[in-house]
Amino acid sequence: MTSTKQHGGLARPSLGARLRRGVEPAVLLGPGLLFYAALVAAPVLLVTGYMFARRGRFGGVEWELSLDNFSRVTDSVYLEVFRESLGLAFVATLLALLIGYPTAYAIAKLPPRWRTVALVLVVVPFWTNFLIRVYAWIVLLNSQGLLNDLLVGIGVTDDRFTLLYTPGAVVVGLVYSYLPLMILPLYAAIEKVDEDLLEASADLGAGRVRTFLGVQLPLTMPGVVTGSILVFVPSLGNFVVPELLGGGKTVMVGNLIRDQFLKAQDWPFGSVLAMIVVVLLVLLFLGQAWVTRRVEGPARG
Amino acid sequence: MSTINRRPRRIATAAVLGTALTLVLAACGGDDGSSAEPAALDPDADLSKQTIVVSNWEAYMPEDIAERVKEKTGATVKITSHATNEDMVAKVTGSGGEGLDVVFGSQPYLEALSKAGLIEPLDTDLLDNWGNLESAATDTAEVDGATYWAPYTWGTTGICYRADLVDEAPTSWRDLLEPTDANKGKVTMMGTERWAMLPALKALGYSVNTTDEDELAEAKELMVAAKPNLLAYDDSTFYERLISGEATMTEAWDGWCNYGTGEDENIKFVVPEEGSDLWTDGIAVLKSSKNKEAAYAFIDTILDAETHAWVEENILYNIPNEAALELVPAELKEQYETLGTRREEMLSGENMTDVGDDAAALYNQIITEVTAS
Repeated sequence: MTSTKQHGGLARPSLGARLRRGVEPAVLLGPGLLFYAALVAAPVLLVTGYMFARRGRFGGVEWELSLDNFSRVTDSVYLEVFRESLGLAFVATLLALLIGYPTAYAIAKLPPRWRTVALVLVVVPFWTNFLIRVYAWIVLLNSQGLLNDLLVGIGVTDDRFTLLYTPGAVVVGLVYSYLPLMILPLYAAIEKVDEDLLEASADLGAGRVRTFLGVQLPLTMPGVVTGSILVFVPSLGNFVVPELLGGGKTVMVGNLIRDQFLKAQDWPFGSVLAMIVVVLLVLLFLGQAWVTRRVEGPARG
Repeated sequence: MSTINRRPRRIATAAVLGTALTLVLAACGGDDGSSAEPAALDPDADLSKQTIVVSNWEAYMPEDIAERVKEKTGATVKITSHATNEDMVAKVTGSGGEGLDVVFGSQPYLEALSKAGLIEPLDTDLLDNWGNLESAATDTAEVDGATYWAPYTWGTTGICYRADLVDEAPTSWRDLLEPTDANKGKVTMMGTERWAMLPALKALGYSVNTTDEDELAEAKELMVAAKPNLLAYDDSTFYERLISGEATMTEAWDGWCNYGTGEDENIKFVVPEEGSDLWTDGIAVLKSSKNKEAAYAFIDTILDAETHAWVEENILYNIPNEAALELVPAELKEQYETLGTRREEMLSGENMTDVGDDAAALYNQIITEVTAS
């Protein structure tokens, strides 16, 4: 602890050191704080205000107190959209976890120089524009597309499958888009696991399954939770994938919110929907913090 | 109302094509911002010093339009694009129109903007080429006695289909809303704006401009029932889906169906027996524009026979410009019936107009709930 506080310089007058100590955090945190204040806090406050206003004809709001939007959101149509969005995001997260865990595990067990190569390969798709990557799935999945061509070509089927514009296509798009966000934190967690603990577990008679469930999984739980949240959150709010791969028929809450602002010009209702998502996400993050503290907390004393 | 001394007199010279703006202003100011009188234009304005920003749909006018305007009038034109009418309205209202001078939009939306006082009535006397326009189109550009936009294209909405992939050619909106088993999952409908509700409203025999809540509720029910049989909601790429064979029938505008017909002769367009709309897209000048002289110059360049003919020849929509129509080659009218023998049919639908604030909110809510269902 003591060795890290040397940077003030021993010979400096204490006033300068104190000043510097005050300025440093401000300089380091300032840009970030400014960014959050302008681009996170301010919009959230604005949206909070909009919730209680009335819709303006051309977007915008009339500042006239109204609670209609809160009752409207309880309409079964909208509750169903929330249910379906949560469902799709959950399935996408689960699939990403099932694919991501073995992948991250395999990467962590590679010889060090191959690890870097593998990690770069995981990230490479991110270098291509998100929209283009999603459009690629249209080419693959549509009824006249490559996958159907392949299935017909090798004689699996004569009838072309309807793959595109289904909830399944949306899940595929979400998993594909966010898988790297699952793999990376899992890799970090798995890599940290002490081999000795696993050996000890085996020596004490635990089978592979028991070692995994009793030792490996709990130790990597923070990675599992972080990865899951990193996939779940953008999946829940996504509106591009449902629009392109769901054909506008599978509506997720992200689409609903976007449409209220850009199509229906109903900002107050859009604000209520958006705030519900914000609250859901805050609850999720609190859950994540809780899990992380439970696993890592005691170790730090 | 607008006959008295405010009317600008023109002293324009024998004008070279398109130079609408070598002309005179309204007698005097009196521009309180809320009147339905065209703003006074400055006859001495130096167009070469004016720059306007025009918002239009992508690929909906000659690519070299800025050069054409520059050449004819000296004004500088910058182009930006909007994807939909709603987009355009959001752009105009979001900023109070700042940063935009001229917008392209469909009649219901321009009408609403005019009622909100966001677009400027046009003094058509200042547009040399205004006389080229068909009165059927200019008449509908009037709101409360003032003309608010220059009609640009017009047409109708129908079913664009692959004649070789359907057993029977569609004749009714119900062929789209309640497709036969063979066509289930192979039809698309538009998912936004007024055209999302058009098939259901017309299938039920109602007006495309209805404000009756019961009629709208009935249409909503039909739309919810139709949704499971759709391939997708599609407002922009339906003709591509027909070309690939992914779709067999799509709700389409006549001109965009022509894009398909151009690629595959089996792609045909039918106006269902229950009837359809007559939509008009127009060009309007924003009230907030500081460069109205250049805005007029831009519009007049578009209405010039040669430029407007380009629009029909390349965008394949009908145009309401008699002088331009004479320049459109006969072969084109033969290749695309909607521009030739069937032109009258394309223009015989029910004029699509603004339904007013309350009904517009209801339309939007229904569309939201149908897509969310």
